[in-house]
Amino acid sequence: MTIRTALAATALASCLLAAPALAQSVNLYTTREPALLNPVIEAFTKDTGIKVNAVFLKDGLQQRIQAEGANSPADVMLVVDVGEIQAAADAGVTQPVKSALVDKIVPAQLRGAGDNWITLTKRARIVIVSKDRVKQDAITYEDLADPKWKGKFCIRSGQHPYNTALFSAYLGHHGAEKTEAYLKALKANTARKPGGGDRDVARDILSGQCDIAIINTYYIGLMSKATNEQKGWYEAIKPLKTTFANGGTHVNVSAAAIAKHAPNKENAVKLIEYMLGEKAQHIYADGNFEFPVNADVKEAAAVKLLGAVTPDKLPLADIAKNRKAASELVDKAGFDN
Amino acid sequence: MSLSASAAHQARPPARWRPSTRLAYLTAAAACLVALPVLALAFTALSREALTVWPHLAANVLPVALWNTALLLAGVALFCGAVGTGAAWLVTQYEFPGRRSLEWLLVMPLALPTYITAYVYVEILGFQGPFQSALRALTGWRSLRDYWFPDPRNLPGAVFILGIVLYPYVYLSVRALFSMQSAALIESARTLGTRRWPLFWRIGLPMARPALAAGLTLALLETLNDIGASEYLGVRSLTISVYTTWINRGSLAGATQIACVMLLVVVGLMAAEARTRGARRFALPVKRPRPVGRIRLSGARGWIASLACFLPALFGAVLPLYYLLGELWRRDLVAQADPTLWRALANTVAISALAAALIVVIGIGIAAALRLGRERALPLLARIASLGYALPGTVLALGLLVPLAAFDNVVADASRALFGASPGLLLLGSGAALVIAYLVRFLTIAVNGVESGYARISPRIDDAARSLGADRRELLRRLHWPLMRPAIAAAALLVFVDCMKELPATLLLRPLNFDTLATVVYGHAARGVFEDGALAALLIVAIGIYPALRLARAGEQTSVSREN
Repeated sequence: MTIRTALAATALASCLLAAPALAQSVNLYTTREPALLNPVIEAFTKDTGIKVNAVFLKDGLQQRIQAEGANSPADVMLVVDVGEIQAAADAGVTQPVKSALVDKIVPAQLRGAGDNWITLTKRARIVIVSKDRVKQDAITYEDLADPKWKGKFCIRSGQHPYNTALFSAYLGHHGAEKTEAYLKALKANTARKPGGGDRDVARDILSGQCDIAIINTYYIGLMSKATNEQKGWYEAIKPLKTTFANGGTHVNVSAAAIAKHAPNKENAVKLIEYMLGEKAQHIYADGNFEFPVNADVKEAAAVKLLGAVTPDKLPLADIAKNRKAASELVDKAGFDN
Repeated sequence: MSLSASAAHQARPPARWRPSTRLAYLTAAAACLVALPVLALAFTALSREALTVWPHLAANVLPVALWNTALLLAGVALFCGAVGTGAAWLVTQYEFPGRRSLEWLLVMPLALPTYITAYVYVEILGFQGPFQSALRALTGWRSLRDYWFPDPRNLPGAVFILGIVLYPYVYLSVRALFSMQSAALIESARTLGTRRWPLFWRIGLPMARPALAAGLTLALLETLNDIGASEYLGVRSLTISVYTTWINRGSLAGATQIACVMLLVVVGLMAAEARTRGARRFALPVKRPRPVGRIRLSGARGWIASLACFLPALFGAVLPLYYLLGELWRRDLVAQADPTLWRALANTVAISALAAALIVVIGIGIAAALRLGRERALPLLARIASLGYALPGTVLALGLLVPLAAFDNVVADASRALFGASPGLLLLGSGAALVIAYLVRFLTIAVNGVESGYARISPRIDDAARSLGADRRELLRRLHWPLMRPAIAAAALLVFVDCMKELPATLLLRPLNFDTLATVVYGHAARGVFEDGALAALLIVAIGIYPALRLARAGEQTSVSREN
């Protein structure tokens, strides 16, 4: 490495790193994968002329905005778990979303306290089974602990936020003691170590490694649309109508909030309103098989594929609140060991 | 400039200590920078909230995490030690078919980030992968209920995958040692009739110990810090526990406590390495070293040696690359590539090159300070400056986030007060935070690389030069620099490759609209379609291959020049 190379690299880097200065822009911090978000963002920029600067942060979004403090460039944050968005609101890095349009579209139970966060889309976490080997069409989350599934159950890490939220809901229904017993029973039923991603469980059903598994609904939709080997995974599985014994289906959300020190607050509101509009909600619903929050969006692909879902009555706020306790129970039950 | 420099040079009395004092300051500054996140973390780990988390961690998390980590480390150490040392011995001692190509092919796995190899193996060994498909086609079996097939998604799988990616660290350092230091000893032993196996066990291996320890330390630290592969393969290591404690329970304090336990493990590893190294010193004789004459292995033995060297390269590089190229073609990814990918490519190269240049310059300074300086605190400061490599990327990024953001805010507020306008976040908003994170994390590699270059220069050469009237600056410029250029180049390349592959700190600290190839791959993997990121993954590998080749060549060239 010569000095000259180093200097050239420095010059090149400084050109590349110089932030683009645009009059109309909005800065987005997201834990949502860019490829899922881009169609909506592109449509927004096209329709409004407002440029979206984005950074995809897998974890630590809240910590980063917190640390950046009053000078943070963040305007909007997008998060895919109710626990995470609530944690951000609790940490005081959000501000109320003030918009008549938002109030009209999003029901109160799908908003955070003081409108500090807003649900954009919903996704259910349900049970799938092998189409060939399991003959039933409905199941309860509680039934998964039945010893008849011993050596047949597959799931990703119990510490993944999607699972933590599900167990947190279970905790809300049944209390800590029963939840711990439930987790131990689930663990005893596993065909393999909890791990991998949500789609992997569908593959493991195809391979015969397991008969029954837990998955987020939009993955089913995405696999149904696939043109590669994932099509085969989709064809091997059957989604079951999944509910709590005394309730509905566990639903988690993707949500948005406005950063407390948002420098482009007006544009931030515009972006959130746009994401709730029919056009964006259709992109979400048809492109990514999520359940739209906007009731005017009819014929959503997810509903066509999986049927309507009756969400569990347990308030989202409770699920967010129990998250920590649920995560500790997962450790205690040795779920991932 | 040269005129004034030489004038100043002549004016200065010869025996002054100034250069080394300045270097000592540099070392101290680097140590402070590295200590910054560690202190920030330690502060959090001891907070009041932390006390309430500890009992749960101690009872439910740490025992399993420590046990898994110990097994993982032991497994990777055995794997890398055996494969790396064995391959290095074969290519330096024997002549067999394909040896020259294998010598560099064996370095190749280093170009692949562990998480990519993990994703690839889950696919290759998976139900629809080539092996299982072929097996079913041959036997008529229909599903995994009819047969058993190895599944990489467990601890042994993780040992294999981390081992196959990381063994080149051991291979490189042991090979350098075998090819440089062993000629006289090994040839004497051969003359005295020592047979092949005893030669390896009684001469080669004991001699390789310091190099083995150095290579293993790097491999084990990488293992300890690995998140992508371990998480995907379902191994609950300490790093994963840090991660889940932090994210799921929103408990930064708990996470930092586990990180502190990890630091203890690392300190243990480093102490063990220092002990192995400290006991013995291998400096080259002043006379120009001579390579060992390789013994030709004929017939079946030659082919067995070829196969033994080919298998690690096959599993570590050829097979994953073949798979990625296949996906590229099957999914027609080149046609779908968009400008964002090319921008990510440019970003990756630019920021890695910039960081590598800076890191190596500072690394040279620290190593030189260690060699020349007499300040008592130097070894300790240098140790502190090496700590960053021991921190998992996520934890390091967290530790840096708070102090860097605080600095940015002070600058922004001051500038607003003085000039009425704010530049925004200076470090976090510009990518400078990334360079700092890479510096903290990878400084060890540069320092170790330069130090190992120094270790090959006998102190007697220094003494001779000094008795001939050379001052320290001249010693550095006219002796050390030319002798160490290959070692420095190798260190620069290693750092560059590591920066390029770095994921967790890059994810957390990069500015808006700034993606690297690693974050692009991760973005695809995170939504469960890793294959869509095959092109970005291949680009990482392609850029990584050139440095890896250069690393392999670096060894070769020295051996060529020594033959003259």
